[in-house]
Amino acid sequence: MSYDLKEVCKDIRCDILRCIGHLGVGHIGGCLSVVELLAVLYFQEMNIDPKQPKMAGRDRFVCSKGHAGPAVYAALANRGYFDKAELLTLNQSGTNLPSHCDMNRTVGIDMTAGSLGQGFSCAVGIALGSKLEKDGATVYALVGDGESQEGQIWEAAMFAAAKGLDNLIAFTDYNKFQIDDSVDKVNDVAPLAEKWAAFGWNVIDVEDGNDVEQVSEAVRHAKLGPGGGRPTMVILNTVKGCGVQWIVDLGAGNHNCKVSEEQAKAACREIRGED
Amino acid sequence: MEMRAVYAGCLAELMEQDRRVCVLDADLAKASGTRKLYERFPEQMFDCGVAEQNMASIAAGLASYGFRPWIESFTPFATRRICDQIAISISYAGQNVKVVGTDPGISAELNGGTHMSMEDIGVLRSVPGVVIFEPVDEVQLRAAMPVLNAYEGCVYMRLFRKELPTVFDENYRFDLFKADVLKEGRDLSIFVSGFLTRDVLDVQDELRAAGIDAEVVNVHTIKPIDRETVIASARKTGAVLTVENHNVIGGLHSAVLEALSEEKIPAVAVGVKDRFGEVGKMPYLREILGMTKADIVSAATKAVSLK
Repeated sequence: MSYDLKEVCKDIRCDILRCIGHLGVGHIGGCLSVVELLAVLYFQEMNIDPKQPKMAGRDRFVCSKGHAGPAVYAALANRGYFDKAELLTLNQSGTNLPSHCDMNRTVGIDMTAGSLGQGFSCAVGIALGSKLEKDGATVYALVGDGESQEGQIWEAAMFAAAKGLDNLIAFTDYNKFQIDDSVDKVNDVAPLAEKWAAFGWNVIDVEDGNDVEQVSEAVRHAKLGPGGGRPTMVILNTVKGCGVQWIVDLGAGNHNCKVSEEQAKAACREIRGED
Repeated sequence: MEMRAVYAGCLAELMEQDRRVCVLDADLAKASGTRKLYERFPEQMFDCGVAEQNMASIAAGLASYGFRPWIESFTPFATRRICDQIAISISYAGQNVKVVGTDPGISAELNGGTHMSMEDIGVLRSVPGVVIFEPVDEVQLRAAMPVLNAYEGCVYMRLFRKELPTVFDENYRFDLFKADVLKEGRDLSIFVSGFLTRDVLDVQDELRAAGIDAEVVNVHTIKPIDRETVIASARKTGAVLTVENHNVIGGLHSAVLEALSEEKIPAVAVGVKDRFGEVGKMPYLREILGMTKADIVSAATKAVSLK
């Protein structure tokens, strides 16, 4: 079955807005920036079965920037892992959908994350596990640009290349903002492509990481295999808050901000081109 | 036999029996005694280099894939340095990883203060879900290894590397969650962990001469502590002495007092009194840190006098 990925992106975006708007506050910026990636992975590339979320040998996705949990939940719900109505329980008492991804609470989440840098190492461990099992799985991991300031990211980068984990495809959500300010002002991670290449990774730089076709093309290239046993880093140049102009305009202020139900509804109309 | 040799031998047996058992190092495989296992188990041994954080989280990833990883380093680097990785990647995420810290406390000797963890038990005791175990000799270590491996969850083992005098014999039956009463007594309960257990047993004649009939309990598992045994013994004798190779804040002394928090029983501690270690051999370190046999005897006398 093939999906219209652009429509899928609209659905995921609107569901992110709906659940964060329902709560009134959340990590909206870094959720909206990764929607195209989630659509490409969950609706096109990954070998998964929502009816068998623990299927052996399935592809895995680790959202190391764990605060994008709401975006992953929206993707999972749209893909049929659980009822979309559950999205409105985000961060409510007793919910299965906590702000940061938790594999023991949410169906379809492959690894717990939230303490930045750790999820990426876990993904490297999973890729190593898949190699040992020879099950042919591809392991996808998403790291934030601010998260790339963590030393553990580079420990894991070194290890993955040294051990030839070419079944690992990672993405940087390079939206250029973190909590305190723009990434270049806080502690610049640039030049990212050169850094990853220097660590022995195959690097694909995607000019517009919020264009499903460009993201899709990059993943296809990465899956073909770069040769030399290298893992791949896809750098997604994205827009934090992508899809909703007033959220984009907040810049670093959109990392975690208030969103009312009214604003969410209006934003959804903007996304669907209904205004 | 050196404790690390026993440990490595047990790991080899476990890896032989189950290909999912694996070991991760941070450039201290030689120190941990596991270096020679790399040739024999190339698909189960992984050296992560000097990158303990990555080692801990990679182990969590492997565990999520069904493997049963053991990670190892010197005690401070296996605990306080990667406390967050143990807390989040391993325990919070519910991953089945065994953490081994070698050269605990003063046994770091010539590596000095930087390598001399006095706080590892305290650091990890406050992380939910981490079992903390410290073997007293090779008999107990041998008995414990398959049990630790079979346990589903995070266990931290504090492993003395060199040879230790034995406390137990071949009749020993190990229960991870049950403290071992090594000697019964009426006047004082001595709760002891690790290599100091042998010393506590060795001073019993002296204590008897001072009119103290002490009960000696080896608390090999500091978390969860065997409350039942601790409380029953303390109630029976009415006085407590704890003896540990660790800061008295956060370690065995704290764990025992927490178990006895509703009891009115005096307790005295032999252990490190909230200070860092320094370079030196064990006899010197025991002297300056108040952990000699004489210190144990005088602390026991004091505990009884407080009744």
